[in-house]
Amino acid sequence: MSSSEGKLKPSSSELDLDRPNIEDYLPSGASIHEPHGKLRLRDLLDISPILTEAAGAIVDDSFTRCFKSNPPEPWNWNVYLFPLWCSGVVFRYLILFPVRAIVLTIGWMIFLSCFIPVHFLLKGNDSLRKKWERVLVELICSFFVASWTGVVKYHGPRPSMRPKQVFVANHTSMIDFIILEQMTAFAVIMQKHPGWVGLLQSTILESVGCIWFNRSEAKDREIVTKKLREHSQGADNNPLLIFPEGTCVNNQYSVMFKKGAFELGCTVCPVAIKYNKIFVDAFWNSRKQSFTMHLLQLMTSWAVVCDVWYLEPQNLRPGETAIEFAERVRDIISVRAGLKKVPWDGYLKYSRPSPKHRERKQQSFAESVLRRLEEK
Amino acid sequence: MGNTSSMLTQYDIEEVQQHCNKAFSQQEIVSLYERFCQLDRNGGGFVSAEEFLSVPEFAVNPLSQRLLRMVDGLNFKEFVAFLSAFSPRATLLQRIEFIFKVYDSDGNGKVTFNDMLDVLHDLTGQFISENQRKQVLTQVLDEAGYTKESLLVLSDFVKILGSSGLKMEVEVPVD
Repeated sequence: MSSSEGKLKPSSSELDLDRPNIEDYLPSGASIHEPHGKLRLRDLLDISPILTEAAGAIVDDSFTRCFKSNPPEPWNWNVYLFPLWCSGVVFRYLILFPVRAIVLTIGWMIFLSCFIPVHFLLKGNDSLRKKWERVLVELICSFFVASWTGVVKYHGPRPSMRPKQVFVANHTSMIDFIILEQMTAFAVIMQKHPGWVGLLQSTILESVGCIWFNRSEAKDREIVTKKLREHSQGADNNPLLIFPEGTCVNNQYSVMFKKGAFELGCTVCPVAIKYNKIFVDAFWNSRKQSFTMHLLQLMTSWAVVCDVWYLEPQNLRPGETAIEFAERVRDIISVRAGLKKVPWDGYLKYSRPSPKHRERKQQSFAESVLRRLEEK
Repeated sequence: MGNTSSMLTQYDIEEVQQHCNKAFSQQEIVSLYERFCQLDRNGGGFVSAEEFLSVPEFAVNPLSQRLLRMVDGLNFKEFVAFLSAFSPRATLLQRIEFIFKVYDSDGNGKVTFNDMLDVLHDLTGQFISENQRKQVLTQVLDEAGYTKESLLVLSDFVKILGSSGLKMEVEVPVD
Protein backbone atom coordinates (compact mmCIF):
# COMPACT_ATOMS: atom_id res chain seq x y z
CA MET A 1 0.00 0.00 0.00
CA SER A 2 2.64 2.50 0.88
CA SER A 3 5.00 2.56 -2.06
CA SER A 4 8.68 2.10 -1.82
CA GLU A 5 9.23 3.11 -5.41
CA GLY A 6 10.46 6.54 -6.27
CA LYS A 7 13.38 8.32 -4.71
CA LEU A 8 13.69 8.46 -0.97
CA LYS A 9 13.98 12.05 0.09
CA PRO A 10 15.87 13.19 3.19
CA SER A 11 13.41 13.74 6.02
CA SER A 12 13.12 17.16 7.53
CA SER A 13 11.18 17.42 10.72
CA GLU A 14 11.01 13.80 11.74
CA LEU A 15 14.50 13.22 13.08
CA ASP A 16 15.56 15.52 15.85
CA LEU A 17 19.08 15.95 17.11
CA ASP A 18 18.05 15.39 20.69
CA ARG A 19 17.39 11.69 20.19
CA PRO A 20 19.12 9.15 22.40
CA ASN A 21 22.58 8.55 21.08
CA ILE A 22 22.43 6.14 18.15
CA GLU A 23 26.12 5.43 18.52
CA ASP A 24 25.33 3.59 21.76
CA TYR A 25 23.45 1.00 19.78
CA LEU A 26 25.51 0.68 16.60
CA PRO A 27 28.18 -1.99 16.37
CA SER A 28 31.25 0.09 16.92
CA GLY A 29 34.73 -0.38 15.67
CA ALA A 30 36.13 3.10 15.93
CA SER A 31 33.54 4.58 18.21
CA ILE A 32 34.74 2.98 21.42
CA HIS A 33 38.51 2.95 21.33
CA GLU A 34 40.09 6.38 21.44
CA PRO A 35 43.29 6.39 19.40
CA HIS A 36 46.30 7.89 21.12
CA GLY A 37 49.72 9.02 20.18
CA LYS A 38 51.11 11.20 17.51
CA LEU A 39 49.29 11.24 14.20
CA ARG A 40 51.01 9.16 11.56
CA LEU A 41 50.30 8.50 7.88
CA ARG A 42 49.13 5.07 8.87
CA ASP A 43 46.38 6.54 11.06
CA LEU A 44 45.02 8.63 8.23
CA LEU A 45 45.14 5.85 5.68
CA ASP A 46 43.70 3.17 7.94
CA ILE A 47 39.99 3.46 7.19
CA SER A 48 39.35 -0.15 8.15
CA PRO A 49 36.99 0.55 11.11
CA ILE A 50 34.71 2.72 9.00
CA LEU A 51 34.78 0.26 6.11
CA THR A 52 33.96 -2.55 8.52
CA GLU A 53 30.93 -0.66 9.81
CA ALA A 54 29.73 -0.13 6.24
CA ALA A 55 30.29 -3.74 5.25
CA GLY A 56 28.58 -4.87 8.46
CA ALA A 57 25.56 -2.79 7.51
CA ILE A 58 25.50 -4.30 4.03
CA VAL A 59 25.61 -7.83 5.41
CA ASP A 60 23.05 -7.36 8.18
CA ASP A 61 21.47 -4.36 9.81
CA SER A 62 19.10 -3.90 12.70
CA PHE A 63 16.67 -1.73 10.76
CA THR A 64 15.87 -4.19 7.96
CA ARG A 65 15.52 -6.95 10.54
CA CYS A 66 12.53 -5.11 12.01
CA PHE A 67 10.55 -5.52 8.82
CA LYS A 68 11.43 -9.07 7.92
CA SER A 69 8.47 -11.43 7.83
CA ASN A 70 9.02 -14.54 9.89
CA PRO A 71 6.79 -17.28 8.59
CA PRO A 72 6.43 -20.25 10.92
CA GLU A 73 8.92 -23.07 10.40
CA PRO A 74 7.79 -25.47 7.68
CA TRP A 75 7.09 -28.84 9.21
CA ASN A 76 5.69 -30.64 6.20
CA TRP A 77 8.95 -32.03 5.04
CA ASN A 78 8.56 -35.77 5.13
CA VAL A 79 6.33 -38.48 3.72
CA TYR A 80 4.13 -38.75 6.82
CA LEU A 81 3.77 -35.10 7.64
CA PHE A 82 3.19 -33.91 4.11
CA PRO A 83 -0.22 -35.56 3.61
CA LEU A 84 -1.21 -34.29 7.04
CA TRP A 85 -0.25 -30.81 6.01
CA CYS A 86 -2.15 -31.19 2.73
CA SER A 87 -5.31 -32.21 4.50
CA GLY A 88 -4.77 -29.26 6.80
CA VAL A 89 -4.62 -26.96 3.79
CA VAL A 90 -7.78 -28.46 2.36
CA PHE A 91 -9.56 -28.05 5.67
CA ARG A 92 -8.41 -24.47 6.08
CA TYR A 93 -9.26 -23.29 2.60
CA LEU A 94 -12.37 -25.30 1.84
CA ILE A 95 -14.04 -25.54 5.24
CA LEU A 96 -12.69 -22.98 7.68
CA PHE A 97 -12.43 -20.14 5.21
CA PRO A 98 -16.00 -20.32 3.86
CA VAL A 99 -17.39 -20.68 7.40
CA ARG A 100 -15.42 -17.67 8.52
CA ALA A 101 -16.45 -15.65 5.48
CA ILE A 102 -20.09 -16.45 6.24
CA VAL A 103 -19.68 -15.48 9.90
CA LEU A 104 -18.09 -12.20 8.84
CA THR A 105 -20.85 -11.49 6.32
CA ILE A 106 -23.53 -12.14 8.94
CA GLY A 107 -21.67 -9.86 11.30
CA TRP A 108 -21.60 -7.10 8.71
CA MET A 109 -25.28 -7.50 7.99
CA ILE A 110 -26.18 -7.24 11.68
CA PHE A 111 -23.85 -4.33 12.11
CA LEU A 112 -25.06 -2.32 9.14
CA SER A 113 -28.70 -2.98 9.88
CA CYS A 114 -28.22 -1.54 13.35
CA PHE A 115 -25.62 1.11 12.66
CA ILE A 116 -27.32 2.90 9.80
CA PRO A 117 -30.64 3.40 11.63
CA VAL A 118 -28.89 4.42 14.85
CA HIS A 119 -26.66 6.85 13.01
CA PHE A 120 -29.49 8.62 11.23
CA LEU A 121 -32.44 8.28 13.55
CA LEU A 122 -30.68 9.22 16.76
CA LYS A 123 -29.12 12.32 15.24
CA GLY A 124 -30.79 14.45 17.84
CA ASN A 125 -29.76 12.51 20.93
CA ASP A 126 -25.99 12.61 20.66
CA SER A 127 -24.92 10.83 23.82
CA LEU A 128 -27.27 7.90 23.28
CA ARG A 129 -26.24 7.63 19.65
CA LYS A 130 -22.57 7.60 20.62
CA LYS A 131 -23.20 4.90 23.21
CA TRP A 132 -24.90 2.66 20.67
CA GLU A 133 -22.29 3.31 17.99
CA ARG A 134 -19.55 2.37 20.43
CA VAL A 135 -21.26 -0.93 21.22
CA LEU A 136 -21.79 -1.65 17.53
CA VAL A 137 -18.16 -0.93 16.60
CA GLU A 138 -17.02 -3.26 19.36
CA LEU A 139 -19.44 -5.83 17.94
CA ILE A 140 -18.14 -5.71 14.38
CA CYS A 141 -14.58 -5.93 15.64
CA SER A 142 -15.50 -9.04 17.59
CA PHE A 143 -16.88 -10.50 14.37
CA PHE A 144 -13.62 -9.70 12.60
CA VAL A 145 -11.62 -11.35 15.35
CA ALA A 146 -13.90 -14.40 15.19
CA SER A 147 -13.36 -14.57 11.44
CA TRP A 148 -9.71 -15.42 12.01
CA THR A 149 -10.47 -17.52 15.05
CA GLY A 150 -8.71 -14.99 17.14
CA VAL A 151 -7.77 -16.23 20.56
CA VAL A 152 -6.90 -13.14 22.51
CA LYS A 153 -5.89 -13.22 26.12
CA TYR A 154 -6.26 -9.87 27.81
CA HIS A 155 -4.22 -9.20 30.91
CA GLY A 156 -4.55 -6.30 33.27
CA PRO A 157 -7.32 -3.84 34.11
CA ARG A 158 -9.57 -2.89 31.21
CA PRO A 159 -9.24 0.69 29.94
CA SER A 160 -11.69 3.10 31.49
CA MET A 161 -13.11 6.24 29.97
CA ARG A 162 -11.38 9.14 31.63
CA PRO A 163 -10.22 12.42 30.24
CA LYS A 164 -6.54 13.27 29.88
CA GLN A 165 -5.32 9.81 29.12
CA VAL A 166 -3.95 8.22 25.95
CA PHE A 167 -3.18 4.60 25.18
CA VAL A 168 -0.05 3.61 23.31
CA ALA A 169 0.73 0.21 21.87
CA ASN A 170 3.33 -1.48 19.71
CA HIS A 171 2.26 -1.95 16.11
CA THR A 172 2.42 -5.12 14.05
CA SER A 173 -0.53 -4.90 11.71
CA MET A 174 -3.77 -3.02 11.32
CA ILE A 175 -5.44 -5.91 13.12
CA ASP A 176 -3.86 -4.58 16.33
CA PHE A 177 -6.49 -1.91 16.22
CA ILE A 178 -9.31 -4.41 15.69
CA ILE A 179 -8.14 -6.62 18.53
CA LEU A 180 -8.00 -3.72 20.95
CA GLU A 181 -11.19 -2.20 19.62
CA GLN A 182 -13.30 -5.26 20.29
CA MET A 183 -12.69 -4.75 24.01
CA THR A 184 -12.91 -0.95 24.16
CA ALA A 185 -14.09 1.50 21.54
CA PHE A 186 -10.98 3.57 21.15
CA ALA A 187 -10.59 6.61 19.00
CA VAL A 188 -7.51 6.08 16.94
CA ILE A 189 -5.09 8.09 14.88
CA MET A 190 -4.38 6.46 11.55
CA GLN A 191 -2.78 6.94 8.18
CA LYS A 192 -5.54 7.52 5.64
CA HIS A 193 -5.64 4.51 3.34
CA PRO A 194 -7.11 4.17 -0.15
CA GLY A 195 -9.71 1.63 -1.17
CA TRP A 196 -12.30 -0.06 0.99
CA VAL A 197 -10.25 0.50 4.11
CA GLY A 198 -10.40 4.22 3.50
CA LEU A 199 -14.15 3.97 3.09
CA LEU A 200 -14.48 2.24 6.43
CA GLN A 201 -12.22 4.84 7.97
CA SER A 202 -14.29 7.76 6.79
CA THR A 203 -17.65 6.33 7.73
CA ILE A 204 -17.65 3.97 10.67
CA LEU A 205 -14.45 4.92 12.40
CA GLU A 206 -15.46 8.54 12.14
CA SER A 207 -18.19 7.78 14.64
CA VAL A 208 -15.77 6.69 17.34
CA GLY A 209 -13.75 9.80 16.67
CA CYS A 210 -10.70 9.05 14.56
CA ILE A 211 -7.98 11.42 13.55
CA TRP A 212 -6.29 11.18 10.16
CA PHE A 213 -2.78 12.02 9.21
CA ASN A 214 -0.75 11.94 6.07
CA ARG A 215 2.80 10.70 6.42
CA SER A 216 4.11 12.63 3.46
CA GLU A 217 2.88 15.99 4.71
CA ALA A 218 5.50 17.73 6.82
CA LYS A 219 3.19 20.44 8.10
CA ASP A 220 0.59 17.81 8.84
CA ARG A 221 2.39 16.97 12.04
CA GLU A 222 1.51 20.24 13.77
CA ILE A 223 -2.12 20.02 12.76
CA VAL A 224 -2.32 16.46 14.02
CA THR A 225 -0.68 17.31 17.35
CA LYS A 226 -3.27 20.02 17.83
CA LYS A 227 -6.12 17.63 17.07
CA LEU A 228 -4.66 15.05 19.45
CA ARG A 229 -4.47 17.58 22.23
CA GLU A 230 -8.04 18.74 21.69
CA HIS A 231 -9.35 15.21 21.66
CA SER A 232 -7.56 14.13 24.79
CA GLN A 233 -8.88 17.06 26.76
CA GLY A 234 -12.51 16.32 25.89
CA ALA A 235 -14.36 14.54 28.69
CA ASP A 236 -16.74 12.38 26.67
CA ASN A 237 -14.49 11.58 23.76
CA ASN A 238 -13.52 7.96 23.39
CA PRO A 239 -10.09 7.15 24.85
CA LEU A 240 -7.38 7.81 22.31
CA LEU A 241 -5.21 4.97 21.00
CA ILE A 242 -1.91 5.82 19.38
CA PHE A 243 0.72 3.61 17.77
CA PRO A 244 3.84 5.71 18.36
CA GLU A 245 6.07 3.58 16.13
CA GLY A 246 4.27 5.09 13.17
CA THR A 247 4.61 1.97 11.05
CA CYS A 248 4.10 -1.80 11.29
CA VAL A 249 7.03 -3.69 12.78
CA ASN A 250 7.43 -7.45 12.78
CA ASN A 251 6.55 -8.13 16.45
CA GLN A 252 10.12 -9.12 17.33
CA TYR A 253 11.60 -5.64 17.42
CA SER A 254 10.38 -2.21 18.37
CA VAL A 255 11.44 0.98 16.62
CA MET A 256 11.62 4.37 18.22
CA PHE A 257 8.44 5.91 19.53
CA LYS A 258 7.45 9.28 18.15
CA LYS A 259 7.19 11.81 20.89
CA GLY A 260 3.82 13.24 19.75
CA ALA A 261 1.77 11.05 22.08
CA PHE A 262 3.96 11.92 25.03
CA GLU A 263 3.73 15.67 25.00
CA LEU A 264 -0.04 16.03 25.31
CA GLY A 265 0.06 16.54 29.05
CA CYS A 266 -1.85 13.29 29.61
CA THR A 267 -1.31 10.07 31.43
CA VAL A 268 0.06 7.46 29.06
CA CYS A 269 -1.27 3.91 29.44
CA PRO A 270 1.02 1.42 27.70
CA VAL A 271 -0.48 -1.62 25.98
CA ALA A 272 1.73 -4.48 24.82
CA ILE A 273 0.63 -6.91 22.09
CA LYS A 274 2.43 -10.12 21.29
CA TYR A 275 1.34 -12.57 18.62
CA ASN A 276 2.07 -16.25 18.85
CA LYS A 277 4.13 -17.02 15.77
CA ILE A 278 3.40 -20.75 15.80
CA PHE A 279 -0.07 -20.19 14.42
CA VAL A 280 0.46 -17.39 11.98
CA ASP A 281 2.86 -14.52 11.37
CA ALA A 282 0.60 -11.56 12.01
CA PHE A 283 3.08 -9.00 10.73
CA TRP A 284 1.56 -6.97 7.92
CA ASN A 285 4.44 -6.32 5.56
CA SER A 286 2.84 -3.45 3.70
CA ARG A 287 5.60 -3.56 1.11
CA LYS A 288 4.78 -7.12 0.20
CA GLN A 289 1.01 -7.44 0.40
CA SER A 290 -2.09 -5.32 0.45
CA PHE A 291 -4.30 -5.32 3.51
CA THR A 292 -6.91 -7.42 1.70
CA MET A 293 -4.35 -10.14 0.99
CA HIS A 294 -3.18 -9.92 4.57
CA LEU A 295 -6.72 -10.44 5.88
CA LEU A 296 -7.25 -13.35 3.52
CA GLN A 297 -4.04 -14.90 4.72
CA LEU A 298 -5.26 -14.62 8.29
CA MET A 299 -8.64 -16.06 7.41
CA THR A 300 -7.03 -19.15 5.91
CA SER A 301 -4.75 -19.80 8.86
CA TRP A 302 -5.64 -21.93 11.84
CA ALA A 303 -5.89 -19.15 14.34
CA VAL A 304 -4.51 -15.82 15.42
CA VAL A 305 -3.33 -16.21 18.97
CA CYS A 306 -2.10 -13.25 20.88
CA ASP A 307 -1.66 -11.73 24.30
CA VAL A 308 -2.61 -8.19 25.18
CA TRP A 309 -1.29 -6.62 28.34
CA TYR A 310 -2.75 -3.41 29.70
CA LEU A 311 0.15 -2.01 31.69
CA GLU A 312 0.41 0.51 34.49
CA PRO A 313 -0.32 4.10 33.45
CA GLN A 314 2.72 6.34 33.32
CA ASN A 315 3.12 10.05 33.80
CA LEU A 316 5.82 12.46 32.73
CA ARG A 317 8.39 12.56 35.52
CA PRO A 318 9.72 15.96 36.67
CA GLY A 319 12.73 16.90 34.60
CA GLU A 320 12.00 14.27 31.95
CA THR A 321 11.74 15.30 28.33
CA ALA A 322 9.03 13.96 26.05
CA ILE A 323 11.61 11.87 24.19
CA GLU A 324 12.92 10.31 27.40
CA PHE A 325 9.34 9.61 28.45
CA ALA A 326 8.67 7.94 25.09
CA GLU A 327 11.79 5.79 25.45
CA ARG A 328 10.85 4.80 28.97
CA VAL A 329 7.38 3.66 27.89
CA ARG A 330 8.87 1.87 24.87
CA ASP A 331 11.11 0.03 27.27
CA ILE A 332 8.14 -1.02 29.42
CA ILE A 333 6.22 -2.31 26.41
CA SER A 334 9.24 -4.02 24.83
CA VAL A 335 10.11 -5.86 28.02
CA ARG A 336 6.54 -7.09 28.47
CA ALA A 337 6.12 -8.22 24.87
CA GLY A 338 9.64 -9.59 24.49
CA LEU A 339 10.69 -7.16 21.76
CA LYS A 340 14.24 -6.09 21.01
CA LYS A 341 14.68 -2.34 20.82
CA VAL A 342 16.40 -0.70 17.88
CA PRO A 343 17.35 2.98 17.73
CA TRP A 344 15.78 3.68 14.36
CA ASP A 345 12.84 5.84 13.44
CA GLY A 346 10.17 3.78 11.68
CA TYR A 347 9.81 6.48 9.04
CA LEU A 348 13.27 5.60 7.71
CA LYS A 349 11.28 3.12 5.65
CA TYR A 350 10.16 6.11 3.60
CA SER A 351 13.01 8.59 3.93
CA ARG A 352 16.77 8.81 4.40
CA PRO A 353 18.45 9.40 7.74
CA SER A 354 19.21 12.97 8.64
CA PRO A 355 22.78 14.05 7.75
CA LYS A 356 23.31 14.88 11.42
CA HIS A 357 24.29 11.29 12.19
CA ARG A 358 27.03 11.24 9.59
CA GLU A 359 28.17 14.67 10.73
CA ARG A 360 28.55 13.47 14.28
CA LYS A 361 30.90 10.71 13.11
CA GLN A 362 32.84 13.18 10.99
CA GLN A 363 33.13 15.60 13.85
CA SER A 364 34.53 13.03 16.25
CA PHE A 365 37.08 11.85 13.69
CA ALA A 366 38.09 15.43 12.89
CA GLU A 367 38.57 16.28 16.53
CA SER A 368 40.68 13.19 17.08
CA VAL A 369 42.90 14.06 14.11
CA LEU A 370 43.45 17.63 15.27
CA ARG A 371 44.12 16.54 18.81
CA ARG A 372 46.68 13.94 17.84
CA LEU A 373 48.41 16.40 15.54
CA GLU A 374 49.32 18.41 18.60
CA GLU A 375 50.76 15.46 20.48
CA LYS A 376 54.47 14.81 20.42
CA MET B 1 9.48 -14.37 -1.75
CA GLY B 2 9.34 -17.85 -0.23
CA ASN B 3 12.32 -20.02 0.46
CA THR B 4 15.10 -18.19 -1.35
CA SER B 5 17.86 -20.74 -0.87
CA SER B 6 15.99 -23.08 -3.18
CA MET B 7 16.68 -20.64 -6.00
CA LEU B 8 20.42 -21.09 -5.57
CA THR B 9 21.64 -24.46 -6.82
CA GLN B 10 24.65 -26.29 -5.45
CA TYR B 11 26.43 -25.51 -8.71
CA ASP B 12 25.76 -21.79 -8.26
CA ILE B 13 27.06 -21.86 -4.70
CA GLU B 14 30.28 -23.55 -5.78
CA GLU B 15 30.76 -21.12 -8.64
CA VAL B 16 30.37 -18.16 -6.32
CA GLN B 17 32.71 -19.75 -3.82
CA GLN B 18 35.37 -20.21 -6.50
CA HIS B 19 34.95 -16.63 -7.66
CA CYS B 20 35.64 -15.23 -4.22
CA ASN B 21 38.55 -17.59 -3.66
CA LYS B 22 36.77 -19.56 -0.97
CA ALA B 23 36.51 -16.53 1.29
CA PHE B 24 33.10 -17.69 2.47
CA SER B 25 31.71 -21.06 3.42
CA GLN B 26 28.76 -22.48 1.50
CA GLN B 27 26.39 -21.71 4.38
CA GLU B 28 27.61 -18.12 4.46
CA ILE B 29 27.03 -17.81 0.72
CA VAL B 30 23.44 -19.00 1.17
CA SER B 31 22.93 -16.41 3.92
CA LEU B 32 24.47 -13.71 1.75
CA TYR B 33 22.11 -14.68 -1.04
CA GLU B 34 19.13 -14.27 1.24
CA ARG B 35 20.45 -10.88 2.22
CA PHE B 36 21.10 -9.94 -1.41
CA CYS B 37 17.51 -10.83 -2.31
CA GLN B 38 16.24 -8.90 0.68
CA LEU B 39 18.13 -5.78 -0.45
CA ASP B 40 17.23 -6.24 -4.11
CA ARG B 41 13.62 -5.29 -3.60
CA ASN B 42 12.65 -4.81 -7.22
CA GLY B 43 14.16 -8.17 -8.14
CA GLY B 44 16.42 -6.81 -10.87
CA GLY B 45 19.26 -9.19 -10.06
CA PHE B 46 21.45 -6.44 -8.69
CA VAL B 47 21.23 -4.04 -5.78
CA SER B 48 21.00 -0.40 -6.86
CA ALA B 49 22.47 2.56 -4.99
CA GLU B 50 18.97 3.54 -3.78
CA GLU B 51 18.46 0.10 -2.31
CA PHE B 52 21.79 0.22 -0.48
CA LEU B 53 20.99 3.66 0.86
CA SER B 54 17.70 2.41 2.25
CA VAL B 55 19.77 0.70 4.95
CA PRO B 56 20.10 3.56 7.44
CA GLU B 57 23.25 2.14 9.02
CA PHE B 58 24.93 2.24 5.62
CA ALA B 59 23.56 5.65 4.64
CA VAL B 60 25.04 7.37 7.70
CA ASN B 61 28.53 6.01 6.99
CA PRO B 62 30.94 8.78 5.83
CA LEU B 63 32.39 6.55 3.10
CA SER B 64 29.04 5.37 1.76
CA GLN B 65 29.31 7.27 -1.53
CA ARG B 66 32.78 5.88 -2.28
CA LEU B 67 31.65 2.36 -1.49
CA LEU B 68 28.52 2.81 -3.58
CA ARG B 69 30.68 3.51 -6.62
CA MET B 70 32.33 0.14 -6.07
CA VAL B 71 29.25 -1.90 -5.23
CA ASP B 72 26.43 -0.35 -7.25
CA GLY B 73 24.91 -2.68 -9.81
CA LEU B 74 26.95 -5.75 -8.96
CA ASN B 75 25.35 -9.14 -9.46
CA PHE B 76 25.43 -11.66 -6.65
CA LYS B 77 28.74 -13.26 -7.62
CA GLU B 78 30.51 -9.90 -7.77
CA PHE B 79 28.76 -8.81 -4.56
CA VAL B 80 30.26 -11.74 -2.68
CA ALA B 81 33.68 -11.04 -4.22
CA PHE B 82 33.36 -7.44 -3.06
CA LEU B 83 32.68 -8.57 0.50
CA SER B 84 35.43 -11.16 0.51
CA ALA B 85 37.94 -8.68 1.91
CA PHE B 86 35.86 -8.68 5.11
CA SER B 87 35.79 -12.42 5.57
CA PRO B 88 37.73 -13.79 8.55
CA ARG B 89 39.59 -15.94 6.00
CA ALA B 90 40.83 -12.98 3.99
CA THR B 91 44.56 -12.31 4.00
CA LEU B 92 46.13 -9.05 5.14
CA LEU B 93 47.12 -8.36 1.55
CA GLN B 94 43.52 -8.71 0.37
CA ARG B 95 42.36 -6.25 3.00
CA ILE B 96 45.05 -3.72 2.10
CA GLU B 97 44.16 -4.16 -1.56
CA PHE B 98 40.55 -3.30 -0.76
CA ILE B 99 41.57 -0.15 1.11
CA PHE B 100 43.79 0.78 -1.81
CA LYS B 101 40.88 0.42 -4.22
CA VAL B 102 38.74 2.71 -2.05
CA TYR B 103 41.40 5.40 -2.35
CA ASP B 104 42.22 4.80 -5.99
CA SER B 105 38.93 6.04 -7.38
CA ASP B 106 40.08 6.20 -11.01
CA GLY B 107 41.49 2.69 -10.79
CA ASN B 108 44.86 3.44 -12.37
CA GLY B 109 46.85 1.76 -9.61
CA LYS B 110 48.21 5.04 -8.21
CA VAL B 111 46.96 7.01 -5.24
CA THR B 112 47.66 10.73 -5.47
CA PHE B 113 47.71 13.46 -2.87
CA ASN B 114 44.27 14.56 -4.03
CA ASP B 115 42.86 11.03 -3.69
CA MET B 116 43.96 10.96 -0.07
CA LEU B 117 42.66 14.47 0.44
CA ASP B 118 39.25 13.45 -0.93
CA VAL B 119 38.95 10.53 1.46
CA LEU B 120 40.01 12.72 4.35
CA HIS B 121 37.31 15.15 3.30
CA ASP B 122 34.71 12.38 3.41
CA LEU B 123 35.89 11.39 6.88
CA THR B 124 36.00 14.82 8.44
CA GLY B 125 33.30 16.72 6.57
CA GLN B 126 33.00 20.38 7.39
CA PHE B 127 34.78 20.07 10.71
CA ILE B 128 38.26 20.71 9.31
CA SER B 129 38.97 23.37 6.71
CA GLU B 130 40.45 22.41 3.33
CA ASN B 131 43.69 24.15 4.21
CA GLN B 132 44.01 22.33 7.50
CA ARG B 133 43.41 19.04 5.71
CA LYS B 134 46.20 19.80 3.22
CA GLN B 135 48.44 20.80 6.07
CA VAL B 136 47.81 17.64 8.07
CA LEU B 137 48.26 15.39 5.07
CA THR B 138 51.45 17.10 3.94
CA GLN B 139 52.87 16.84 7.42
CA VAL B 140 52.25 13.13 7.92
CA LEU B 141 53.35 12.31 4.36
CA ASP B 142 56.55 14.20 4.99
CA GLU B 143 57.25 12.31 8.18
CA ALA B 144 56.73 9.03 6.38
CA GLY B 145 59.14 9.99 3.66
CA TYR B 146 56.74 11.00 0.88
CA THR B 147 56.02 14.33 -0.75
CA LYS B 148 52.93 16.05 -2.12
CA GLU B 149 53.81 14.84 -5.58
CA SER B 150 54.33 11.22 -4.54
CA LEU B 151 52.20 8.62 -6.25
CA LEU B 152 51.55 5.76 -3.87
CA VAL B 153 51.15 2.26 -5.24
CA LEU B 154 49.94 -0.91 -3.56
CA SER B 155 53.35 -1.84 -2.19
CA ASP B 156 53.52 1.54 -0.44
CA PHE B 157 50.19 0.83 1.19
CA VAL B 158 51.46 -2.58 2.27
CA LYS B 159 54.50 -0.95 3.81
CA ILE B 160 52.45 1.70 5.64
CA LEU B 161 49.53 -0.43 6.79
CA GLY B 162 51.10 -3.84 7.03
CA SER B 163 53.00 -3.35 10.25
CA SER B 164 50.22 -4.01 12.74
CA GLY B 165 47.12 -6.14 12.19
CA LEU B 166 44.19 -4.65 10.37
CA LYS B 167 40.85 -5.37 12.04
CA MET B 168 38.45 -5.64 9.15
CA GLU B 169 36.13 -8.57 9.71
CA VAL B 170 32.41 -8.88 9.30
CA GLU B 171 30.38 -11.82 10.54
CA VAL B 172 27.83 -13.27 8.18
CA PRO B 173 24.83 -14.40 10.26
CA VAL B 174 24.10 -18.04 9.53
CA ASP B 175 20.77 -19.38 10.81
